[in-house]
Amino acid sequence: MTTAFAPADLADLLRRQFPDIEAEAGPGWVRVASGDLLRVFRFMRDDPDLDFVFLCSLTAVDRLDELEVVYHLQSLRLNHLAVIKVMTGRENPSLPSVSGVWYGAHLQEAEAYDLMGIRFEGHPNLRRIFLWEGFSGWPLRKDFRQLGEGAYNPGLPHFPKEGGARGVLAGPNWTLPAPGSTRAETDEK
Amino acid sequence: MTLSTEPFVVNIGPQHPSTHGVFRMRVMLDGERIIDADMVVGYLHRSLEKLAEERTYTQNIPFTDRMDYLSAMSNNLGYCMAVEKLAGIRVPERAEYLRVIMAELQRVANHSMAIGTFINDCGAWQTPLMYMLAEREKILDLFEMTCGARLTCNYMRIGGVAFDIPDEFLPAANALLADLPGKIEGYERLLMENEILIARARGCGVIPRDLAINSSLSGPMLRGSGVAWDLRKADPYSVYDRMQFGVPVGENGDAYDRFLVRMEEMKQSTGIVRQALGDLPRGPSKVDVPLSIRPPIGEAYARVEAPKGELGYYVISDGGTAPYRFHVRAPSFINLSVLKEMVVGLTVADAIVAFGSIDIVLGEVDR
Repeated sequence: MTTAFAPADLADLLRRQFPDIEAEAGPGWVRVASGDLLRVFRFMRDDPDLDFVFLCSLTAVDRLDELEVVYHLQSLRLNHLAVIKVMTGRENPSLPSVSGVWYGAHLQEAEAYDLMGIRFEGHPNLRRIFLWEGFSGWPLRKDFRQLGEGAYNPGLPHFPKEGGARGVLAGPNWTLPAPGSTRAETDEK
Repeated sequence: MTLSTEPFVVNIGPQHPSTHGVFRMRVMLDGERIIDADMVVGYLHRSLEKLAEERTYTQNIPFTDRMDYLSAMSNNLGYCMAVEKLAGIRVPERAEYLRVIMAELQRVANHSMAIGTFINDCGAWQTPLMYMLAEREKILDLFEMTCGARLTCNYMRIGGVAFDIPDEFLPAANALLADLPGKIEGYERLLMENEILIARARGCGVIPRDLAINSSLSGPMLRGSGVAWDLRKADPYSVYDRMQFGVPVGENGDAYDRFLVRMEEMKQSTGIVRQALGDLPRGPSKVDVPLSIRPPIGEAYARVEAPKGELGYYVISDGGTAPYRFHVRAPSFINLSVLKEMVVGLTVADAIVAFGSIDIVLGEVDR
């Protein structure tokens, strides 16, 4: 039976290992600062008592004033599970990529970038994985407006030569919208 | 005289029988060898995670069918478990047994399809696939008589299952269980020591043990690489702790080992179904849960061992009738993270075999 690693114990352990970091324990999770993320994760993976060699899941949550990234970590040998959370700002959200610690994170980080707009620094191939390059806005954010009836996302032909009256051809004028911008703002430009 | 070749890019897919859906693999070739590979997905993206935020918890169950449409029952199960964990709902014992029966039948159905298409990719055009589909068909008949649907079952509910099994289910299931082990053994005789299959699949698409763990692989992909990790044993949910079954593990981590793991899992699943049918208790198959529930504020991560690997649902509630956030840890998607490592260095024909051994469903990759 998988046991949940007690968040208070884990936070204590991390604070003892790295005296200069802040680790806040919540119900079922531990929150660390984004700057400390990589060394905390390397320690958690390599320490024999923690042994979190397996990254179960990586996902992002829109908490309205901030964005949150949630990591579910699993030890296969000791069979325990821990949840780590990291916050990042809404404007220019950016976090270090953990794909150097767990290689399997790279696709999940690409997904979080595509749908939530969080940039992962050091990611080998960060791109819009489900949507197309140039899609404006980040769909999983709470302020994203869905395309209504008859709406058209300008500048986003599905295929390079499919321009249309309001569309533009693919080319250097394709720019990624600023993180946080919604379709309405792009319309006005 | 030296002959030099220039690397060039070939698109495999999105419309190609070997890609099992609309998946596009861009490979850079030097002659016939692959020197670089990349994947292009998203053709089937429906943004189910966003849609789920506007619907009640019960209304989201049919969406889970449409992710991994070859194993809808397992998807239903994972989602209902997540919501039950969030809301603190206990499921009646009979419903737990029915869930296990359906999930294991679904595993046999899924692995039949996976092995059939894998052999197809190895070059045995259609014949083994048709044999495998014959077995899958009988399982889908059982689903149809229980819930009326064959593919998108929408059978599980929060707090149980939608319907109890009909009277004709037990005789049909027993007939199938009597028939199935012999059929699977027949396929083993036909395929396991088949010289062509061994020549094609052994040593193809090797994933070392450490890379498999580090890349978050799960299911037959992880077990084929020699890691005995099965959530039904490691983190038993439902009534799996009462079942006797083995966890088959490969040695070399190649396509052939993954094929063997799937073959053995089919046999083990048959055994689980037999045990569960034998122990099936009487009682209600569902507790009364309002259609539009409001779980307390909080979050839950529930996971099941789906046929393709660890299927996790991460559901956050803000106290309303719809989930605040609904995330799926999709095994097909995450198993693709080693695609490049698997195919670089192979020829195009072998890359198709390696790719076929991953067993992906694009509905789940793109969601």
